[in-house]
Amino acid sequence: MRYVDEYRDADVCRRYAAAITARATRAWRIMEVCGGQTHSIVRFGIDALLPPGLELLHGPGCPVCVTPLEMIDRALAIAAKPGVIFCSFGDMLRVPGTRSDLFCAKSEGADVRIVYSPLDALEIARQNQGREVVFFGVGFETTAPANAMAVREARRRGICNFSMLVSHVLVPPALSAILSSPRCRVDAFLAAGHVCTVMGMDEYRPIAARHRTPIVVTGFEPADLLQGIHMCVVQLEEGRAEVENQYARSARPEGNREAMRVVAEVFRVVPRKWRGIGDIPESGLGLRPEYAQHDAEALFNVGTISTEEPSVCISGLVLQGIEKPSACPAFGTRCTPETPLGATMVSSEGACAAYYRYRRTGS
Amino acid sequence: MTTRDFELACPAPLRHRTVQLAHGGGGRLSRELVEQIFMPAFGGAALSARHDSAVVEAPKGRIAMTTDGYVVRPLFFPGGDIGKLAVCGTINDLAMTGAAPRWLAVAFVLEEGLPMADLIRVVASMRDAARASGMEIVTGDTKVVDRGKGDGIFVTTTGVGVVPEGITIEPRAVRPGDEVLVSGDLGRHGIAVLSMREGLTITGALESDCAPLDGLVAALLSAGVVPHCLRDPTRGGLASALNEIALDAGVDIEIDEHAVPVNETVAGACELFGLDPLYVACEGRLVAFVPEEHAVAAIDVMRAHPAAPEPVRIGRVLDNAAPGRAGRVTLRSRLGTNRLLDIPAGEQLPRIC
Ligand code: SF4
Repeated sequence: MRYVDEYRDADVCRRYAAAITARATRAWRIMEVCGGQTHSIVRFGIDALLPPGLELLHGPGCPVCVTPLEMIDRALAIAAKPGVIFCSFGDMLRVPGTRSDLFCAKSEGADVRIVYSPLDALEIARQNQGREVVFFGVGFETTAPANAMAVREARRRGICNFSMLVSHVLVPPALSAILSSPRCRVDAFLAAGHVCTVMGMDEYRPIAARHRTPIVVTGFEPADLLQGIHMCVVQLEEGRAEVENQYARSARPEGNREAMRVVAEVFRVVPRKWRGIGDIPESGLGLRPEYAQHDAEALFNVGTISTEEPSVCISGLVLQGIEKPSACPAFGTRCTPETPLGATMVSSEGACAAYYRYRRTGS
Repeated sequence: MTTRDFELACPAPLRHRTVQLAHGGGGRLSRELVEQIFMPAFGGAALSARHDSAVVEAPKGRIAMTTDGYVVRPLFFPGGDIGKLAVCGTINDLAMTGAAPRWLAVAFVLEEGLPMADLIRVVASMRDAARASGMEIVTGDTKVVDRGKGDGIFVTTTGVGVVPEGITIEPRAVRPGDEVLVSGDLGRHGIAVLSMREGLTITGALESDCAPLDGLVAALLSAGVVPHCLRDPTRGGLASALNEIALDAGVDIEIDEHAVPVNETVAGACELFGLDPLYVACEGRLVAFVPEEHAVAAIDVMRAHPAAPEPVRIGRVLDNAAPGRAGRVTLRSRLGTNRLLDIPAGEQLPRIC
C-alpha cells in the first residue's frame, strides 16, 4: 500500500492546498468529471481544504448513474426471460428501473449473477451451453477494452450463447455537451486519469481550445486531486486553456494502443442517451454489425419500453454540476440509498450517495 | 479422544461417503450420523443422556443467551471453516456481554451429496473451538435438504453463558468521554473469504482473524478493566458496529482514520475490489468502549493477550450529542477533515471502475 499512502500523505496535501489558496485571486469553478474523484473529494473532505470561492462541481462520470432508464428496464426484461443467466457488475443491481431493479428480479427468481469481469460471464456461458448468458456491458472507456475482449473471445472460441447488453458511454462528448450548455458553470475540468490511461489525451485538445477551458488529466487520490486543482488554478490565473497531465505515472498522451485497437475492432461510436441528461450524439459505444450474434439488444426482442423518471429527482442537474445533491428536496428524506429515487443515490460513485454517506446533516 | 483418533475412526465405519437425504430422516441413517460423527466429537454428559432436551445445572447469577445462523462460501477458508466460525461467533457474542461461555446447541442443515469427510472436518473444528473455551455442546439437530437447495452446510449455534456478578456491559452504559479501542487489525476475515471465493491469489498468505474472544474479555475483567460496552465487528465491519452503538447509546462517536489498524494486504485487496475496510467483516476482533481512566490498562492487558494482536485507541465518545437525536459516527480523515461514517445500505458491492 505504500503506493497509495504516498498519495494520501497529509503534508503533501496541505502543501498543495496552501499553494492553491496562495494562487487563486478569484472564485473559480472546477468540475471533476469522474464519480471516483467525487467520491474521494467528499470522503477525504478535500473541498474543505480549498479557499472560499473555489468550488468543485461534480460531473457526469459515473457509468451507473448515466445508464439510461430504458436500458435498466431492458436488462430487467432480458433477465426475466426463462433460460437466461444475466451477469453484471455488482453496483448495477440496485439501480432502479421504472418499476424494479435487478436485485428484486433476482429475489423473484431470475438468475442474476454478480461477476468481477466480463470474462467470468464468458466462462459461465461456456459451462452452461444450454442457456443464454447475457453480460451487462456498462462503463466508460476504462471498461470497454475488457468488454470488447470478451466479445471477441466469444466469437473466436465459438461460444454462441454469450451476448452483451451494451450501454457504454464516452467521456469527451459529455464534456463538450456540458460546455455547450447555456447553463454551463464550469471554468476548468479535472479529467479522469484512468480514462486517459486507455484512450490518451488527443480528443481533449480540441475541446479545451474551442471552449477555452483548461483540462487537467488527474488521478483519484487526495494528493492527485489537489495537485490537479492546483494545475487548473494556475492555468486559469494565467489565462491558458490547455490539456495537462497530472497523472503521468499512468496516463500517456497516446493512451494504450492495444486497448484502443480491440475497442475499435468490436465497438463503433453510436449516439447514446444519458440518464438525467438526455441524448448526446456520438457519446456511446455499441457492437459493430459483425458482432450482431453477440448483441443482446438484437437477440432478445423485449418490445417497446416506456419509462418514467420520478419527477422530483434533479439528478440530471446534479450530473451537470448545476445543482448540488443537497439542493434536491427529496435528498435524505424520500430518497436514501435504501429507497433511491435516482441513480445518483444508488451508485457507490454517485454524487447524491457520496453526500448522503459522508456529509448528511440533520436526521 | 483426540482429534487424531476421531479422524482415524471416521469415515471408515460409515456406509456413505456423502450425505444422503435419509441422514436427516430420523431413521437408521440419522442415528448412524449421530453415533459415528456427532457423539464421538461432541459427546459430553448432557449429550450422552440422549434426551429430547439437555439438562444442565442452573448457574448462580445471570445467564446470557445468543443464537446465530452461519452460511459461508467456501466452507473452508484460510484460517478457519464454517464450524470454527459458528462456534467462535457464538462464543464472541456471549463474551461481548462479559459472559463466560458454557453450553452450546448446534443445528445443521446439510445438503444432500455433501462429502462426509467435509462434515467430519467441520465437526472436528467445532469440537476443538468449543473445547478451547470450556464450552460443552449439549444438544443438536440435523436436517438434510435436496441437492442444490443448500450451500453444503448451514450451521446454527445457540450459546448460553454465565455473566459474572456485578458486570453489566451494554450499549446503554456507554458515556461521553469513553475511549474507543480495537483489539487488532480489521477486515481480515471478509477479505480472506472473498479472495478465496473469487479465486484471487493475494500476495502474502492472508488468514481470517476467526478466533474466540472470551479469554481476552476475561483477562480484561480480571485486571479490573470494566468496559462500558464491547462489540465484535462482524458483518458490516467496524462502521456498522460503531453506528449501532452510537444509535443505541444515543451518543456521537469520533474516530481517527489514521489510527484504525488495517493490514497492508487487506488494504490492497480493498482497493482492488472497491471496498472500504471499515465495512469489512472481522470474526476475532473486538471494539471496546472503556472509561478514559481504564484505557491505558485495557491496552496493556490486550497487548499481553494472544487474541489481541494490535490493540489501539481509535477514537472517543463525544459529549455533544443533542438529547433525543440519534447518535452519529464521524471520521477524522488523514487530512484533518471530518466526515460521516455511515451505515452501509446493504452488502458492499464491488464497483465498475
Ligand atoms: S437525492 Fe435522489 S431524488 Fe434527489 S437528485 Fe439525488 S438521486 Fe435524485
